[in-house]
Amino acid sequence: MELAFVIEKFVLVTVIFLITLGIAAYSTLAERKIAGYIQGRIGPHRAGPGGLLQPLADGGKMFFKEEIIPSESNHFLFIAGPSLALLTASIGSAVIPWGKVLTIGGRAIELQVADINVGLLYIFGVVSLGVYGVMIGGWASNNKYSLMGAIRAASQNISYEIAMGLSIIALLMITGTLSLKGIAAQQEGFWADGWFTWNVFKQPLSFLIFIVCAFAECNRTPFDLPESENELVAGYHTEYSGFKLGAYLFSEYINMFVSSAVMSTLYFGGYNFPFMNDLGLSDNVIALLGIVFLFGKIFFFIFFFMWIRWTIPRFRYDQLMNLGWKVLIPLAIANIVITGIWMTVKDLI
Amino acid sequence: MESLSNRKKVLEQKPMSFGERIYLPSILTGLAITFKHIFKKRETIFYPEQERPMSENWRGLHSLKRDEQGRERCTACGLCALACPAEAITMTAAERKKGEENLYREEKYAAVYEINMLRCIFCGLCEEACPKEAIYLDGPFLEADYVRKDFIFGKDKLVEAPLKS
Ligand code: SF4
Ligand code: SF4
Repeated sequence: MELAFVIEKFVLVTVIFLITLGIAAYSTLAERKIAGYIQGRIGPHRAGPGGLLQPLADGGKMFFKEEIIPSESNHFLFIAGPSLALLTASIGSAVIPWGKVLTIGGRAIELQVADINVGLLYIFGVVSLGVYGVMIGGWASNNKYSLMGAIRAASQNISYEIAMGLSIIALLMITGTLSLKGIAAQQEGFWADGWFTWNVFKQPLSFLIFIVCAFAECNRTPFDLPESENELVAGYHTEYSGFKLGAYLFSEYINMFVSSAVMSTLYFGGYNFPFMNDLGLSDNVIALLGIVFLFGKIFFFIFFFMWIRWTIPRFRYDQLMNLGWKVLIPLAIANIVITGIWMTVKDLI
Repeated sequence: MESLSNRKKVLEQKPMSFGERIYLPSILTGLAITFKHIFKKRETIFYPEQERPMSENWRGLHSLKRDEQGRERCTACGLCALACPAEAITMTAAERKKGEENLYREEKYAAVYEINMLRCIFCGLCEEACPKEAIYLDGPFLEADYVRKDFIFGKDKLVEAPLKS
């Protein structure tokens, strides 16, 4: 491994990590602003111009709050829970291709931390690890409400993971690769051979199931039962205070960012944008523009997450389970079958 | 039967149609509605800097008035306490001494006049009962406090500031 490669990856990792943190922090502000706008209010506006320093103020408040660790809890696991949640939330971004290859001084720089050929499996692995943060947090608190909340959250996450995994199979059947870079590259441009290249046009049902499951995995409304403090005593983070609670809430925003990035990459062409090859721009400019477009898509999805949150109420728990097991999973399987038949027929003709 | 207001709605209990059961159309309608709200007028009033205009008959905190010469109007007749449905007002009357004519308008005055703001329901009956036009509910909001005893407002908080000559 040459030194330049190590430096390049190191810089990339740092930049992506900082961007992730920044976006997660400002999503908290955006959420409150959007909530305000949708409800005919202003939202936070006192800290800094237009409330821009609000995330810093919130962070400061979290840091200086008293942290209570219940005396009967398992102290090590109590601290491990939120740390694990933060960790698993932030490592998911490693396999996302953030743009095309940048060429600087004759060196081709991949805008992706790790191009592993099982990128999608990696994402699913990381997502399922995220359950441990919740589970351990709820268990270590030594509080029955927390334990029950954790079980509720974990069973929700696990059930929706199945539907999510099944929905992705139909997509894999048409792309034929598990590498996110490969999937992004296949969706080059916007229109080719008389058909849209983006996967959302080829697999709309798969996208629909995927986005519903992504909402459930990120514990966002209408699937935010793990957080319903007013009707279900919050659940797994009842005993958490100060920055540990902050870590849990913050990891939710990181999750939202990463899953927006995954959705943009899998279904909305990632860094591709319409007419990218017809503009006669140099490769580097296209790569940079691609990054801009990818972030545009990500911001749209983050907005969409929030938009949904302030539009529809949360499910009851049995409705949530019914939707997951009796609707989404059969739909996903049906989608696989339909895709299979369609591909066979297309091959025969 | 003919309904009186013509606004009667018959409760529908038909099973939901397929379109309704997949929810997506209604979710999209909901999204459209909330999206429209982003561009609507904001109702926020920036409280400490901006205050909401109160209605004409707004009833706020009580104040005990003085007359044109700066004397307290209240004559401790007790009608306000009698009128008060919440029994929030208590007072002790005292006789005006020689040399206090510039302080109190009548021979009798309230040495102690207390309103328990935790009991008061701001009905304004004290204002109506007063024969001397001594009490008005023209003050601001009742402010928050930490201990109950601070909600018992004595003359120090109720009586208007003395006239400046
Ligand atoms: S406003 Fe009504 S309740 Fe309050 S002191 Fe006057 S009479 Fe009593
Ligand atoms: S405020 Fe009016 S009604 Fe009450 S004791 Fe004084 S004069 Fe009488």
